[in-house]
Amino acid sequence: MAKQIFYEDIEEGAEIPALTKHITRRQLVMWAGASGDYYELHYDKDFAQSTGVPDVLVHGRLKAALLGQLITDWIGEEGRLTKLSCSYRGMDLPGEDLLCKGKVTKKYVKDGEHYIECEVWTQNPKGERTTPGTATIVLPSRGR
Amino acid sequence: MEAEEVKQKFAGMVGEPIVNVVEKGSIKRYAYAVEDPNPLYYDEEYAARSRYGTVIAPPGFFGWPAKPGPMLPKLMLDLLNGLKEAGYPNLLDGGIELEFMVPIRAGDVLVSSPKIMDVNERTTKAGTKMVFGTIETTYINQNGDTVAKARQNLICLPGA
Repeated sequence: MAKQIFYEDIEEGAEIPALTKHITRRQLVMWAGASGDYYELHYDKDFAQSTGVPDVLVHGRLKAALLGQLITDWIGEEGRLTKLSCSYRGMDLPGEDLLCKGKVTKKYVKDGEHYIECEVWTQNPKGERTTPGTATIVLPSRGR
Repeated sequence: MEAEEVKQKFAGMVGEPIVNVVEKGSIKRYAYAVEDPNPLYYDEEYAARSRYGTVIAPPGFFGWPAKPGPMLPKLMLDLLNGLKEAGYPNLLDGGIELEFMVPIRAGDVLVSSPKIMDVNERTTKAGTKMVFGTIETTYINQNGDTVAKARQNLICLPGA
């Protein structure tokens, strides 16, 4: 695990250490079972192509989970993810590198808690943001 | 049924609650599928020494199934059938908004209730009609604490 980060260490505009994922078909099958999402679009190429897409697609909710990992890897065990949202904007295909990235947009103290807001996204090899979203976290403070 | 009637009928309705135990085996399988090696999800001894005192669920996991696909609540089936009748048979998952209030621990018993927040027909700039819907599911644990909320955004496209 990465060492613990604190509120005071984080500047607005700072980048979250990127997480690179290489999603395989096998992982899509694992995700289907582990999440209970058995829609054929995500593992049956013939079915997927019959709906007009080039191949099976990476599940949106899996991409949301990857963004969750991006955050929890970064904030450490003393950090708390309070909100995570994303839109499934673009299709992602297995066999491609999927880059999970983020940037701090705002930091503030409210009711004694130290909040950080970030934009987060997954990025395909063309550099397109396929799953843009936001995250809110609470970090420990050095002041306590 | 027209889309407006679907809205009148379904907006604000709450589905039957579903009870789910967040089993540690299901947490492991989920984290493994994400390829997230965080020991808080796998290693019971490590997790016992952590601030949580036990294995916890990764963000977005509320017990299996994570999305009520295999056991779609009746309310959701009725909504989807209504939209089909209104000329919107093609459902797309538009995105998710997750809110986390209390950590979810292995063994937690979560009661979840889906609520249809909104169903809105809109016309895009290109002139295509679509229906946007939001389903909010609230998860309450065995202590009566609201641990999380998940708002799923649905997009329904027209078709035959």
